[in-house]
Amino acid sequence: MSITHLDTIRSQRGEIPEYKKADYSTDQEVRWCPGCGDYAILSAVQKLLSTLPVHKEDHVFISGIGCSSRFPYYMNTYGFHTIHGRAPAFASGVKASNPNLNVWIVTGDGDSLSIGGNHLIHILRRNFNVNILLFNNRIYGLTKGQYSPTSELGKRSKSTPMGSVDHPFNPVDVALGAGATFVARTYDIDAKHLTETLRQAWEHKGASFVEIYQNCNIFNDKEFEDVVSKQVRADAQVRLAAGQPMRFGADNNKGLIWKKGVVEVASIGEDGVTEDDILIHDPNQDNPGLALTLGRLRNPDSPEVFGVLRSIERPCYEDMLVAQVAEAKAAKKADLHALLHQGYTWTVE
Amino acid sequence: MSQSALKPSQELDRVTIRFVGDSGDGMQLTGAQFTSATAIAGNDLATLPDFPAEIRAPASTLAGVSGFQIQFASSEVYTPGDAPDVLVCMNPAALRANIKDVVPGGAIILNTDSFSDNSLRKAGWDANPLEDGTLDEWTVHKVPLESMTLECIKDLGIPTRTARMCKNFLALGITYWMYSRPMDATLKFVEQKFGAKSPKLSEANQRLLKAGWAFGETCELFATNYTVARATVSSGTYRNIRGNDALAMGLVAASQVSGLDLFVGAYPITPASDVLHALANFKHFGVRTFQAEDEIAGVSAAIGASFAGSLAVTLSSGPGIALKGEAIGLAHIVELPLVICNIQRGGPSTGLPTKTEQADLLQSLYGRNGEAPIPVVAARSPSDAFETVYEACRIAVKYMTPVICLSDGYIATGAEPWKLPDLSKLPDINVSFRTDPEGFLGYERDETTLARPWAVPGTPGLEHRVGGLEKRDGTGNVEYDPDNHDKMCRLRAEKVQRVQQDIPPTEIHGEDSGDLLLVGWGGTYGVLTAAVRQVQAKGLKVSHIHLRHLNPLPPDLGDILGRFKKVLVPEINLGQLVKVIRAEYLVDAQGFNEIRGLPFKVRAIVGAIERTLEEK
Repeated sequence: MSITHLDTIRSQRGEIPEYKKADYSTDQEVRWCPGCGDYAILSAVQKLLSTLPVHKEDHVFISGIGCSSRFPYYMNTYGFHTIHGRAPAFASGVKASNPNLNVWIVTGDGDSLSIGGNHLIHILRRNFNVNILLFNNRIYGLTKGQYSPTSELGKRSKSTPMGSVDHPFNPVDVALGAGATFVARTYDIDAKHLTETLRQAWEHKGASFVEIYQNCNIFNDKEFEDVVSKQVRADAQVRLAAGQPMRFGADNNKGLIWKKGVVEVASIGEDGVTEDDILIHDPNQDNPGLALTLGRLRNPDSPEVFGVLRSIERPCYEDMLVAQVAEAKAAKKADLHALLHQGYTWTVE
Repeated sequence: MSQSALKPSQELDRVTIRFVGDSGDGMQLTGAQFTSATAIAGNDLATLPDFPAEIRAPASTLAGVSGFQIQFASSEVYTPGDAPDVLVCMNPAALRANIKDVVPGGAIILNTDSFSDNSLRKAGWDANPLEDGTLDEWTVHKVPLESMTLECIKDLGIPTRTARMCKNFLALGITYWMYSRPMDATLKFVEQKFGAKSPKLSEANQRLLKAGWAFGETCELFATNYTVARATVSSGTYRNIRGNDALAMGLVAASQVSGLDLFVGAYPITPASDVLHALANFKHFGVRTFQAEDEIAGVSAAIGASFAGSLAVTLSSGPGIALKGEAIGLAHIVELPLVICNIQRGGPSTGLPTKTEQADLLQSLYGRNGEAPIPVVAARSPSDAFETVYEACRIAVKYMTPVICLSDGYIATGAEPWKLPDLSKLPDINVSFRTDPEGFLGYERDETTLARPWAVPGTPGLEHRVGGLEKRDGTGNVEYDPDNHDKMCRLRAEKVQRVQQDIPPTEIHGEDSGDLLLVGWGGTYGVLTAAVRQVQAKGLKVSHIHLRHLNPLPPDLGDILGRFKKVLVPEINLGQLVKVIRAEYLVDAQGFNEIRGLPFKVRAIVGAIERTLEEK
């Protein structure tokens, strides 16, 4: 039977080929607006995949609806452009069906936090081993400029001419609240940090959630300029690294400290603050409290954090599902005749 | 104890019994046990559980009345019976809700202990019907079920409240005596259910069942008992089956025959949840069940699983199907196999969750945006759900399309004897995943079926993208060209239409031409069959066809319709199939419609046939 045939083909595969970035691009014309942050993310992902020890046919990109969700059409892998907000549910089915696949979910702030909010939190709590890339541009692009669930209060947009009266979500807040086992933040124009963060997401076994600040130069240009531009980066960002102090600033003399139950910005050498007072980052902490606090830091009151906020181990849904099926198979023979004939039967001659 | 009756025994051809009481009185369990015993007695049977949507409605109220009806006979049984010959009634509310249905002269076994002023008032009786002549029309057997129960098991030291709840077994024992049902299987059931957990309850219920029998045999209330001879049915091995269980088994059968692992994405909903429960117990067949966060996630996960190469199923009832509409449209345009089981219930909206209805046909045919036709099949009886869902799976993978399989609340919870199929004779389900990269195009088509290749992730060299945007024929690349869209809509529709080539000739019950053709679909099969037999016996030229395939319709349907002077389409809705038939075949088909949350009564259909024939 052909299904077994496929298993045979897969088992006879040779070494993983040496891929180039170009191996992961398709012949399809990329249709994002010129200058869109999505180009940089696409390039980083194609490059990252060419370096991973994975056969090309084992990657699956799944998206919902929105500008970012066109992503699968531009990846020379298996891809599924699904319906608005539901990509995590499709991905769950793919992963439950074949846990060997590398599943990537590409989504936006409207797709994953508005129409698809429910599916996002549930895939995170179930901890399917997938990678979720949330392109956050704080605006609806494909529908041409309405405010999104991550737009700031008071946002003026086509649908909010007097300013939005919606309090926004903070994506990493939602992910941490849903019990995500891996939560990170990065942004489009720092290829190195972006690629490195995505690599860590791929390496993590479980649902990896990565918020990517992404500029929409048409409807929400320079939304993140105060945090990501080269001029302000040093003072506006704290780069988190496991085991490293949370220091930042052009002279690297500032840092985050824990004071009276809150995280504060301090300068080393001022107010008696020493190097030893600076918080050391531990993404493996089971308690998400500090990660939540860090994720909420907002410019201009404080720098914003980038990198892996949280990375903990927890069993994956698909592994437990497969284990139950294996256990049931070992305990009981799959006998269709016996199934139909179980219980009381009688024979008419 | 001897089961040979000391009193005279009278032979009956067929009997309908209805057990009624509070939701907490155990009427469904009582009915199920009576059904098993009746199957063992060799009668043909059909059942109708009828219970409220509330788990525990306030005691003694009309809202909380739960019922279970069974018809059994020495010849073929097509329906659970129009009207009960015997009503076993636990309280005044149940009496009030059911009394008008009992045949004149029928028997009523009443639990007199429950007729307190308070419960009479709650049930809305102004006076006690036991005393004011209300029940003169019927033979009433007054039995103090509760006090007899307490007396019978007082030595076991069971708390009174719990002991009182055992009274259904006393009532069951009385009915076993009345109709000479074998008690062994029920005694064994009680032992298995309660034996380990609560030996006292096991003893109590077994003792009460036997006491009920003894009461019937010795008490002067019952002048006689009845036997119903074994039914003469075609040879084979039989079991009792409920529709939801048959559906679950049909899915497993399709999985086994096709060699595809079954994936089930679903969200609990009445009356479909039991299918999910059954499948969750079939993991040894490789079944993967996924209880999703909502209906949309259930179908979406199933489509994802289909993309990855599973036999994918989602199951729900009308409200859930409404939510799944967008995703079903996606499955249509990406052309992936998917089986959507809709166990229909009363609508619209939340409607009547525990009652039956056939009002989702047009939703199945048209309930999606854009041109998104998909095959639709419908089961006609509990056991037929097995074959019908199997057929749905076969069509889905052969034609690479979503398929809707309709069942309904009556089929789902109703039971009937099932002549077990010869598994070696199930139709083949041939699946071939595409594996050859040479010349691969995601949307190239099979010449006969127009199906596109199933190329699952993980297959080297077949990397491709699918999605909800319109695509170019062949390559599957996104395409907005007007001519291409026109072509693709027609191609997808044509593919669905080609399922016709697999539909066998329509079976006609009766002559193949005549004065009137009765056209039915779904769970009305038994009633229509029984009604047509009655009018045929009177010499009327009436025939009956019952459609399994509702989209596409059978290729011979137009011819058959043309051979009858009149066409009558009875449906438990306000006229859905009749609209389709009128539109497709330009025949003046008439509808007969009731939408009461209950199956048709045979006499209603007979009346409709006779009226239609009389009309000029």
